[in-house]
Amino acid sequence: MSAIPSGPRPKHLTIGRIGMYCFILTCALFFLMPLYVMIITSLKDMDEIRAANILNLPKELSFYSWPKAWSQACTGFVCEGLKPGFFNSIKITVPSVIVSVGLSAINGYALAFWRFKGAYFFFGLCMFGAFIPYQVMVYPLLKIEDALGIYSTLPGIILVHTIFGMPILTLIFRNFYTSLPIDLFKAARIDGGNFIKIFLYVIIPMSAPITIVAVILQVTGIWNDFLLGLVFAGRDNQPMTVQLNNIVQVDYGVAEYNVDMSATILTSLVPLFVYFISGRWFVRGIAAGAIKG
Amino acid sequence: MKNNVEVKNISFSYGKTEILKDLSLDIREGEFMVLLGPSGCGKTTLLNCIAGLLDLTDGQIWIEDDNVTWKEPKDRHIGMVFQSYALYPSMTVEKNLSFGLRMMNTPKNIINEKIDKAANLLQINELLKRRPSQLSGGQRQRVAIGRALVRDAKVFLFDEPLSNLDAKLRAELRYEIKKLHRDLSNTMIYVTHDQIEAMTLADRISVMKDGLIQQLDTPKQIYNKPANLFVAGFIGSPSMNFLKASYDKPNKKIIVGKKQIDISKYENINSLINDQEVVFGIRPENINIEKNENSIQCKVELVEPMGADTLVWTSVEYNPISIRLEGSSNFNLNDEINISFDINKSSIFDSKSEERI
Repeated sequence: MSAIPSGPRPKHLTIGRIGMYCFILTCALFFLMPLYVMIITSLKDMDEIRAANILNLPKELSFYSWPKAWSQACTGFVCEGLKPGFFNSIKITVPSVIVSVGLSAINGYALAFWRFKGAYFFFGLCMFGAFIPYQVMVYPLLKIEDALGIYSTLPGIILVHTIFGMPILTLIFRNFYTSLPIDLFKAARIDGGNFIKIFLYVIIPMSAPITIVAVILQVTGIWNDFLLGLVFAGRDNQPMTVQLNNIVQVDYGVAEYNVDMSATILTSLVPLFVYFISGRWFVRGIAAGAIKG
Repeated sequence: MKNNVEVKNISFSYGKTEILKDLSLDIREGEFMVLLGPSGCGKTTLLNCIAGLLDLTDGQIWIEDDNVTWKEPKDRHIGMVFQSYALYPSMTVEKNLSFGLRMMNTPKNIINEKIDKAANLLQINELLKRRPSQLSGGQRQRVAIGRALVRDAKVFLFDEPLSNLDAKLRAELRYEIKKLHRDLSNTMIYVTHDQIEAMTLADRISVMKDGLIQQLDTPKQIYNKPANLFVAGFIGSPSMNFLKASYDKPNKKIIVGKKQIDISKYENINSLINDQEVVFGIRPENINIEKNENSIQCKVELVEPMGADTLVWTSVEYNPISIRLEGSSNFNLNDEINISFDINKSSIFDSKSEERI
């Protein structure tokens, strides 16, 4: 036989490869199962749910649980659904993300390029801060906010999210910036930039990938937060997660599983959406230096 | 001539590592000064100190009779070109060039005028609307040089600007930098580890090692009269041949193993003392193949034809010796040859202090 390779690479479907596909498929099904149950349960009416065929498709599609979860389900004595929680979550998430990402970018930039006295100590503090479980700090922080008079207010919860987000975001930004060529920064200094100008004109235009990563982390983190929202937001600003909990945990009456499922899916739509539109960027940002260093 | 840049007794340390030690250097107005040395010798650190990008541990830096030791880089009237080009990736070439001027709030018409002038000089007019990622290495470095030009700097600093380019482009841009210096006659300080760049560009070279200046002189002097063993070995390719020897004063000869070399024509022969341990250094082109009363007989061990020259390797008392001959010369392995040294072009170093005698 001639041993000269020529033409397209021969295709091989080996047993190993088939096994791999089987494994991947099983994993995917396993993780999709709860989602499947949630969706079909939300589309059944209560009679069918009581029949307890949890994996069966609905005999008759019923959509009434969705608007109910959105605007009529009762949380305690108020029956306005999740809607107020959704808007509260937006009011909390948007400013918290902007403030924490903005400040962390400046921090990371200062740590990476300006190497001020005590920079390493500050860097160490950030590392430390990023790994402390935040439950430890809830009570002291509550006392501080109470003393400042912002406990149970919107600025109060925004401040808390900003504080808890900054250590890890600062690290991420710092690591990204240290991976940029230092000569760029030197050139900008010779060209007459000061701390602010270099940041605005040279550094920010190069920060898109890492900023997207930071925004994704913060949006999902803050949106999914339950504990801090419960403790710090106050009755008027309860985020969607806290309201979801109130809907699901009924002390009296009937547990409406279809409404619960709709409410849960509605609550998780925002982070899901963020992941879908930004997954590509997320990988790129991680590769660009968030993990490296 | 007036001094343009004065480096006065500066020291620089990273933590406990001392990189520059009490270093002084005067650079004259309009001079092309090359800082040359192996990596880790402190040449780039020195350049960064002059630029103000690193804070000195001690000493002063003056630019045009102005003590700039603690001034910000932007207030030192310098332009700098980096090895990595350091172009702002998000800006077009035009914006890259004008960034410094815009930072200083220069009026628009003056900015345009200066960009035009620099772009013409460097032939980058067609590239003005492009981004750095759309340029080749050579074009990027032109733009980087342009960015230094538009600032009307009193001093230009080059940090190994050609090291990332391929050999052909390097030679091209080297030529252009030299032309630029001829036309602008600005003071330029140029860091490199490439001795060809240093030799071709410099008015004066300062050869550095371990944070100290080993020799500061014209390229010719440095090549022909290296101040010590390090400079002698570092400058020149193929490098200088060295023979360990001891001096026999009565006969004005040095003794290498069983061989003797008459050095009565050496310029500083009277500074040598009897039995002094020395290192005899001779460049490959200062060895002749001829038979006379002083010649040494040896064998051809290797021949390297390089086109314009041919390098013939042999050995004297087990020390390898290279001889540079015309490209047309024809030698074969194991040929018996007689070699003699041009003593007045040789260098003799004390083997302890390694200084030239």
